[in-house]
Amino acid sequence: MKPDSNNVVQFTQVNKWYDKLHVLKDINLSINKGEKWVICGPSGSGKSTLIRCINGLEPFQKGKLTVNGLALDSLSEINTIRQQVGMVFQQFNLFPHLSTLQNCTLAPMKVRGLNEAQATEIAMHYLSRVNIAEKAHQYPNQLSGGQQQRVALARALAMEPEIMLFDEPTSALDPEMIKEVLDAMIELADSGITMVCVTHEMGFARQVADHIVFMDQGEIIETAQPSDFFENPRSKRTQQFLDQILTH
Amino acid sequence: MYYVAVSLRWLKDNLFSNAVNTLTTLSLTAFLLWSLPPLIDWMIINASFVGSSNNDCNNEGACWVFIREFFPRLMFGSYPESERWRIYSTGIIAILFIFTARQYHRTAFSVILFGLFSIIAVTLLYGGFLGLSRVDTHQWGGLFLTIVIATVGIVGAFPLGILLALGRQSHLPVIRAFCHVFIELWRGVPLITVLFMASVMLPLFLPDNIDINKLLRALLCIMLFASAYLAEVIRGGLQSLPSGQQEAASALGLTYWQQMRYIILPQALQRVIPGIVNTFIGLFKDTTLVLIIGLFDFLGIVQSAATNPEWLGRANEGYAFAALIFWIFCFSMSRYSLHLERKQDQ
Ligand SMILES: Nc1ncnc2c1ncn2[C@@H]1O[C@H](COP(=O)(O)OP(=O)(O)OP(=O)(O)O)[C@@H](O)[C@H]1O
Ligand SMILES: [Mg+2]
Repeated sequence: MKPDSNNVVQFTQVNKWYDKLHVLKDINLSINKGEKWVICGPSGSGKSTLIRCINGLEPFQKGKLTVNGLALDSLSEINTIRQQVGMVFQQFNLFPHLSTLQNCTLAPMKVRGLNEAQATEIAMHYLSRVNIAEKAHQYPNQLSGGQQQRVALARALAMEPEIMLFDEPTSALDPEMIKEVLDAMIELADSGITMVCVTHEMGFARQVADHIVFMDQGEIIETAQPSDFFENPRSKRTQQFLDQILTH
Repeated sequence: MYYVAVSLRWLKDNLFSNAVNTLTTLSLTAFLLWSLPPLIDWMIINASFVGSSNNDCNNEGACWVFIREFFPRLMFGSYPESERWRIYSTGIIAILFIFTARQYHRTAFSVILFGLFSIIAVTLLYGGFLGLSRVDTHQWGGLFLTIVIATVGIVGAFPLGILLALGRQSHLPVIRAFCHVFIELWRGVPLITVLFMASVMLPLFLPDNIDINKLLRALLCIMLFASAYLAEVIRGGLQSLPSGQQEAASALGLTYWQQMRYIILPQALQRVIPGIVNTFIGLFKDTTLVLIIGLFDFLGIVQSAATNPEWLGRANEGYAFAALIFWIFCFSMSRYSLHLERKQDQ
């Protein structure tokens, strides 16, 4: 069988345990270039674990996972993969001892080997794209949560990745800042990048996602297009989850 | 009139604001009134500053003549007088290099400068080639030797301590265990024992023709000893960082050493500056223990001078002077640490 060149992330029977706790159960997932995937599910269902497998932040014990055709098992391949996969975290994880600009130029310089001028140009480009260029010389603790998260997005984009991972990027934000981050993500989605996003923002999912994955207790319960997912969920657990999340 | 009012106001706010403060102020004042005058009498008013022998001193006050007579030995040990310009030059070169390194702010450049400096320093101080006569290390002594031991100890212990601290967090069990055992071994034994074993017992096991320089052995012991303490201080800093920092750095594709160099260590070291400086101050004072293996550091010279029959009974002056010099060095280190902490706060 010829590998599908459109396929960028492929989970095949992936299993993971924390000691005895089985946190990923026979995960199969095939993500194509340019697709937007949203992963949702109750707390502790394994969403973060799943998404963190894609860039090798979490090792798994069984099964196969490839990103751009590279298998996530050897250390050197993980480093190649990480250059093609950007990630935005719930807690921003900006580097507090570096300025906004330095946060965005460090990896392009050290990992991609750009010189300072090139890295600065790219960083400023992405900082303006998320509307935060004027804060380039401030430090993370001088920014609001929403601003920090947009810097974190620019930092990941400055590596010019093919795939972007988001792990609940708006959950740590005050309500009035959620929109600015979601807007930046929606704008990014239009650029044709591949996105995998763990989020409970169902409005965002409806607007942006091509596919929605519902997880519970380490299993993928259901994969569907947004319209099907919201209007006629196939499983009862999905129905219960949607009731809970959409009614409050 | 205005100034009197301001002063009274200041006194009231700072010294007598409540009962406890008033009591503290009064007892401290009483203590100073009781202890300070006799001390000043001894140190200055009744002290003797001129002369050249013990007979020129009265017994009411301190005999600073003693310190003056021994001053060259206190500073340089038996380093030949005609060669002391080599010590001065090394000092000046050190200062020049430090300023140059600070100008450029590049770690790699600093490391190269430091390597260059080490070669120059050894050539100048020890000699034996380039037309410089050899000054054997048993002639080194005094404050000069103290500074050599402390500098080499600090400069060596720092990177070693970092590596040990990282090693204790390694994913590889062999490295983790090795670092753990190493640290516990060195922390568990008094430095004086280590020095003694290195100088007296080691030669018993080595073949006769192999003779490792005594100073070199002391340097190695002090360096390894301090690195074990330092490793634990730095490990505290590493553990205090949120795990998200390293995750974000790995997600960007930085290698392990890049993560450490650019993200983790700058933050971890910054958080434990007081602990690091504390360890270095301890190391500085521990250098005095080299006397046990027959090296005459600053305090060693003070002690030997105090037992000189021509200057009997002058130990007080010696120890007072030693205390002052050690205090100046340790206090400077502590101020420098404060300066570093503030610099990062901005
Ligand atoms: N380091 C760890 N050690 C042991 N168990 C863990 C660890 N990290 C996560 N788990 C467990 O693995 C399961 C899946 O965790 P995960 O963080 O992937 O859930 P999640 O779906 O992202 O939840 P949330 O919505 O709360 O973020 C949970 O039961 C959690 O308790
Ligand atoms: Mg999670």
